Amino acid sequence: MILYALCFALFLVGLYGMITKRDLVKIILASGVMGYAVNLMFVLIGYRQQAAYPILEPGKPVPAMVDPLPQALVLTSIVIELGVTSLLVALAIRLFQKYKTFDITQIRRLRG
Amino acid sequence: MILPTFIIIPLLAAFLIVLFGGRHDRGAVIISGAAAASLTALAVVVFFGGRTEAAVYAMGAWKVPLGISLVLDPLSSVMLVMVSLITLTSLLFSVAYMRHLEGEAKYYALLMTLVAGMNGVILTSDIFNLFVFMEIALFAAFALVAYGGRAQEYEAAFKYAVMGSISSSLILFAIAVVYSGTSALSMSAIAAALPQKDLLLTFWAGGLFLAGFGLKAAVMPFHAWLPDAHSSAPAPISAMLSGVLIKTLGVYALIRVFFNVLGAPPLFLQAFLVLGAVSILVGNILAVGQWDFKRLLAYSSIGQVGYILLAAGLGTPLGMAGAVFHMINHAIFKSLLFYNSGALETALGTRDLRQMGNVSKLLPVTAQTSMVASLAIAGIPPFNGFFSKLLIIIAAVQAGQPFYALAAVVGSLFTIAAFMKVQRYGLRSERPAGPLQAKVSWGMNAAMVVLAVLCIVTSLMIVPGIREATLDPAVKVVMEKAQLWLTVFGK
Repeated sequence: MILYALCFALFLVGLYGMITKRDLVKIILASGVMGYAVNLMFVLIGYRQQAAYPILEPGKPVPAMVDPLPQALVLTSIVIELGVTSLLVALAIRLFQKYKTFDITQIRRLRG
Repeated sequence: MILPTFIIIPLLAAFLIVLFGGRHDRGAVIISGAAAASLTALAVVVFFGGRTEAAVYAMGAWKVPLGISLVLDPLSSVMLVMVSLITLTSLLFSVAYMRHLEGEAKYYALLMTLVAGMNGVILTSDIFNLFVFMEIALFAAFALVAYGGRAQEYEAAFKYAVMGSISSSLILFAIAVVYSGTSALSMSAIAAALPQKDLLLTFWAGGLFLAGFGLKAAVMPFHAWLPDAHSSAPAPISAMLSGVLIKTLGVYALIRVFFNVLGAPPLFLQAFLVLGAVSILVGNILAVGQWDFKRLLAYSSIGQVGYILLAAGLGTPLGMAGAVFHMINHAIFKSLLFYNSGALETALGTRDLRQMGNVSKLLPVTAQTSMVASLAIAGIPPFNGFFSKLLIIIAAVQAGQPFYALAAVVGSLFTIAAFMKVQRYGLRSERPAGPLQAKVSWGMNAAMVVLAVLCIVTSLMIVPGIREATLDPAVKVVMEKAQLWLTVFGK
């Protein structure tokens, strides 16, 4: 149980960073932290105590196995996060070229 | 099978455009036009095909609960028609509008990817698959918002991407919670397993889903990104984003998950009502204060999504009919208004209502269609907006929620004020308009006229005979709640 709570705490750390930080790069890093927390959560859900890796081998008895589905989901979500992160970084580079700063308090031509 | 073609056609078109589109946009326009036209034809055929039971397609022939199934029920076929119609008019409008902005093949590839993602979200019956298609649509949307390449557009796209990634993380977290409780990802298996589980699981998952999809739908406390993102995108894309994207990714997903998977828990319906009422009031009031035409439209989108959410939160069949009806109507008139703003921007070079002049002589089509759309969104009979708002208000009174009905009426008054402002100060002011910078081409005019006609035609959906054929099957699907999957999969 404490592991899940810590995992949720990590998620909240990422959320806190995304909402309060002013630096574009720190915001991107915080979004990464948030993604890692969710991935960790998936791996934790699939984990079983004293269980083996989920591969059937011919001739061997079937042991208790960890749940392989969350691992597949984590792979998918890592790829998606890669896409989001690279898009955010690309936008941050373009913003830096336009405004010469990473500080979001100075990037504010949009109002209202 | 017809179901996967709704995802394959736009995805294939996107790849073909990137491969063969070349530097100029002629090939891209032909490919994407063919794709959008065939999607519209397919969606209309499916919608009017008169099938009463849902169609199921098991991807890779893996049956539920192991594999991912696509499900086409009446609600998703309504959404498919809506998405493909707006896509078709948006393309028609884009051809001339994007040449003005140096249109390139990439733009059409991104537009087709956006459509593929939305169609996937509409059809899938697996929550992780829903998440993946949602991300496909969002990636295209981020890139399209930044497409203009000016500083404000990058700023809006960054804001949108950050908000999008927060909401996606929340949704993924909710999926993790659901999976840990039920060991299932297909909506049917989850819906079957949830009633035996602890109520706490529903609350955790529901809270996270509400925050995640609420961010995507730009419901009031989560709305901050929408006015920037929707007003910075090119006009035909704003029409897609405001007209269909926030509904597919936000409202449709909310209705699907909360009614058909979680079984409409009363606590969350209450939350829908409160969030909807707040969005109606604040969104419409903020819209009145705007001078930038597109920002005004974006704020009014927040208010109009509030109507849909409030109607869904009533939890009665009549309320749900109002929600589905208003969803269709808002897609039509809000897209039309964004096309108007695009035409005005092309012709006059400004989006500021104070700098526009009287264009009723110079741009008759734009002026007349914008009048139709303004009357429709303000809820003046005989246009479609009147009937859906009336339905929502009657449903709220019948459900014993007079205060929410009052909120809907008050929000409607502010909508009228906002669009009177558009007409009075913008398109029909006493100032004469300056010389036109560019012509509004026939493609733009055609897109606007088609939607203006639809503004009147869709109001026929309230007529008893037609309503039974169009709205009621979709409402029935939602009202079956978690039992839906038994009828779909026939177990």
